[in-house]
Amino acid sequence: MEIDKRHRLHIYSDEELDKNEGEIIELLKAASQQPVPDQDEWLDEQLRRNILVTSVEILLNAARCASLWPVVCFPACCAFEFITTAASRFDISRFGMEIIRASPRQADLMITAGTLTWKNAPNVRRVYDQMAEPKWVIAMGACAISGGIFSGSYSVVPGYNRIIPVDVYVPGCPPRPEALLYGIEQLRRKISSLQFLA
Amino acid sequence: MLANYGNVGLFLVVAVLFAITTILLPVFLRYFRIVPHKPNPVKNSPYECGMETAGKTWVQFNFRYYFYALIFVALDVMVFFLYLFAVGLREIKIFGLIEIAVFVLVIAVGYIYAWKKKVLEWK
Repeated sequence: MEIDKRHRLHIYSDEELDKNEGEIIELLKAASQQPVPDQDEWLDEQLRRNILVTSVEILLNAARCASLWPVVCFPACCAFEFITTAASRFDISRFGMEIIRASPRQADLMITAGTLTWKNAPNVRRVYDQMAEPKWVIAMGACAISGGIFSGSYSVVPGYNRIIPVDVYVPGCPPRPEALLYGIEQLRRKISSLQFLA
Repeated sequence: MLANYGNVGLFLVVAVLFAITTILLPVFLRYFRIVPHKPNPVKNSPYECGMETAGKTWVQFNFRYYFYALIFVALDVMVFFLYLFAVGLREIKIFGLIEIAVFVLVIAVGYIYAWKKKVLEWK
């Protein structure tokens, strides 16, 4: 991809650095005019009652549900609601999620808490690319869903689904910790019905 | 005598099995398609995580960090030796005491030299 090549350029002056960064952002912006389709095929399957999960899959899905490790991706203020969720009162360690990984290589869940600007978008895309499979994304808050109150702004990404596929949307500005926990519960439902042994 | 090494042998077997299991587990998961195979250039790159270095890497650090680090390492290792000495003091008696005094003296000379050279002052 063109953007990946640009990340590896050797740059020795600040002007070149700014120019290259701008070009990366423009490329990403041009490439993400349409939203990435949501990962919601499983809902149709559930309506059609076609889901037949084998016992091995039940076991592995249970393991995946019980140890979702979120990656650090908190560009703005929804992060505080996430921190509250992670802290003692709401305590997401009940779901096996207490380890917030600083390295995307060890994480499988991205909770996108906050407004994303186009300047930061290539970095979030890069972190998402580095995450291990299988990976999931929870878009937390109005900004993550549609850009929120900044949605008309030239500098704000109108929803994370422009750059990465989103599994669960948690509305709110910011959402209460209960709402985030409900979103996580929905994601666990999705993971429980995952079929991968063809 | 030889039977005492049985535990070591057992530990060795467990260690080797653990290493082989952890190496073969991802291969197994990939083979049975439990883990989806979706490579991309960023994921395949050897650089582990975060942003790649951009711009000049000829950044200058303040040289005084190294002075601090060197003196710290010397004293740190000395404390380590002093612990061992204190544990074995009853056995090694006055000879050990003199020897450790010489050891401390040698490091103290270096420390006082650095002090006199105003290494510990941050200007």
